[in-house]
Amino acid sequence: MRTIGSMLLAGTALAGASMANATDLEVMHWWTSGGEAAAVAEFAKAFDATGNTWVDAAIAGGENARAVMVSRLTGGDPMGAFQFNHGRQAEELIEAGLLRDITDIAEAEGWLDLVNPSTLLDACTVDGRVYCAPVNIHSWQWLWVSHSAFADAGVDVPSNWAEFAAASDALEGAGKIPLAMGQQGWQQSGAFNVMMASLLPSEIFLGVYGDKDTDIAGGADVATVFEAAAAARDMAAKSTVQNWNDATNLVITGQAGGQIMGDWAQGEFAVAGSVAGEDYSCLPGLGTNPRLSTGGDAFYFPVLDDSDLAAAQAELAALLLKPATQVSFNLAKGSLPVRGDIDLSAANDCMQKGLALLDAGALLPDVNMLATPDTVNQINTLFTEFFADSSISAADAQAQFVDIIADAE
Amino acid sequence: MSADRPNQLFRNMNAKVAAIPMIVTALFVFVGGTAWTIVYSFTKSGLLPRMKWVGLDQYERLWGTKRWLIAIENLAIYGLCMLVLVFVIGFILAALIDQKIRFENTIRTVILYPYAMSFVVTGLVWQWILNPEFGIQNIVRGIGWESFTFDPLYTPEIAIFGVLIAGLWQGSGLVMVLMLAGLRGIDHEVWKAARIDGIPAWKTYIFIVIPMMRPVFITTLVLVVTGIVKVFDLIVAQTGGGPGIATEVPAKYVYDMMFRNNNLGQGFAASTMMLVTVALIVIPWAILEFGGKRSND
Repeated sequence: MRTIGSMLLAGTALAGASMANATDLEVMHWWTSGGEAAAVAEFAKAFDATGNTWVDAAIAGGENARAVMVSRLTGGDPMGAFQFNHGRQAEELIEAGLLRDITDIAEAEGWLDLVNPSTLLDACTVDGRVYCAPVNIHSWQWLWVSHSAFADAGVDVPSNWAEFAAASDALEGAGKIPLAMGQQGWQQSGAFNVMMASLLPSEIFLGVYGDKDTDIAGGADVATVFEAAAAARDMAAKSTVQNWNDATNLVITGQAGGQIMGDWAQGEFAVAGSVAGEDYSCLPGLGTNPRLSTGGDAFYFPVLDDSDLAAAQAELAALLLKPATQVSFNLAKGSLPVRGDIDLSAANDCMQKGLALLDAGALLPDVNMLATPDTVNQINTLFTEFFADSSISAADAQAQFVDIIADAE
Repeated sequence: MSADRPNQLFRNMNAKVAAIPMIVTALFVFVGGTAWTIVYSFTKSGLLPRMKWVGLDQYERLWGTKRWLIAIENLAIYGLCMLVLVFVIGFILAALIDQKIRFENTIRTVILYPYAMSFVVTGLVWQWILNPEFGIQNIVRGIGWESFTFDPLYTPEIAIFGVLIAGLWQGSGLVMVLMLAGLRGIDHEVWKAARIDGIPAWKTYIFIVIPMMRPVFITTLVLVVTGIVKVFDLIVAQTGGGPGIATEVPAKYVYDMMFRNNNLGQGFAASTMMLVTVALIVIPWAILEFGGKRSND
């Protein structure tokens, strides 16, 4: 028995040695829409160029993907690397020691100096150790407006939310859906959070999600946002699509006036060949209060015993933040790069607006960085219900919202 | 009597030895797993189980959550309608087929076929059929009835009935086959005797045949009820719990809490409540069903 065992071991060692330069690394992510897939292909291309192989494991839908990732990690079947929204989602995985500490790579690559804004790296850092590689900055606070829909309705293209809301009757008269919105909780609560961040001063947003202050959450200012959300509900009543990119497609094809969606919608416009400023406009901060939340995506690396895989992980981590990969990836995805020292002159109108806001420091933290997944999903459920059932008044919804904030930690 | 006791224990020794692995598995997996779940439902477990005692907090939150209350209500509506209708439809189909009709095999196979399909396929098929854009509503409007409206899955108040239709379509075939087997097990002499006495066929079914089919009914009942309590994939495939939260069910709440909200404690509390509900129904029934016989021995 012993000899057979050692022969087998020797065999695997040989196989391991011969594969040292071509390791298959399984990477899980939920980037499946057209623009997203184009972006992740840039990473795969760059990683394959290092001699390793990017094994793509994409799962459609962030919620589904996160469930699979977490169960694989806790079930002892870790993948090579995985995409996550950094923030509090990974907190417990780090506490349980399932994720690899990549502080050494971060130091060797000088991430501490070049990641801009530095809050991105802070979100990856627990007790002074770095656990993830931020790859982009995503901001939620955009209103995408279709020029052709407004031309058909005979109204000027709006420059802020108030003008947009005022044009909804004209759009409806022209047979358009005023506001495109997918019927999924995260999109609906996302639109609400955008309104809160854009229509009110930053202190209110930070008071509600940062300090979990129930007086502010139940106050008159937030009540105006719930009224605006109720108005948005009426405007989106005819929008029956589920996925965000299907909703974006309504805007691209001029069937809907506009959509509140993060800057990842940019990728869909690019794939469809639409030109910013001619076919569509983008209004950061709903045109009212240009300010961006700096959420984003990051890659985490599970703790692996296999040293070849660990080496491939390190290579991938370093590669993700290299200037060339940052440019090609972010141009395809429509997101902003995490380092300020690269040339993005190829970026279009909308991305330039985002870059300018980034330079000016008009920034907010993302809800995912402030609240736990439990709280975020409770809010998602509330807005799924609110947007599907027009009999729920703004005041009732606000009362439930205050309860959720009171329970949040 | 007392001298016979040890012999009783060793009677059918082979069978008892053979059953040991199953007994051990059942005790360890089911009883052990259940106990573990109940214990951890009193803790503040997030993404991973944590022994951080919070007493009844998870249960207080559970019963204060609108989504859970709607889920319970939906399960009650779906369960009751499903139970009654699947038995009625299944029995009527079986009784019809039992009339020695032609092509019995073909018809039986056609009706049983939906059961061979997974709930995911069933859910998607009925999602399309009930979709107003290209389903029944569209076809009827195409024929000429322009104002016809039939979109249960898009109307929160009746969406659960849209799910019920799919569940019935899928489940009726199995009930029919079981009932048919039961009907075939009834001695022909019974029918002959009833006919001679001039009892109408429907009366024979209700007062003679159905009471004689009691074992078949109990088997079917157990199959149907377990299917109802664990309904999950049908909802996920057909409505995703929507519109809004109109078709949420308890099993989906448990799943979402555990794997989306990263709140195991809340998921455990919800699954414990599901267990308690089932126990409240099953235990009194089991006592009535099996408890009585002991005293007769």
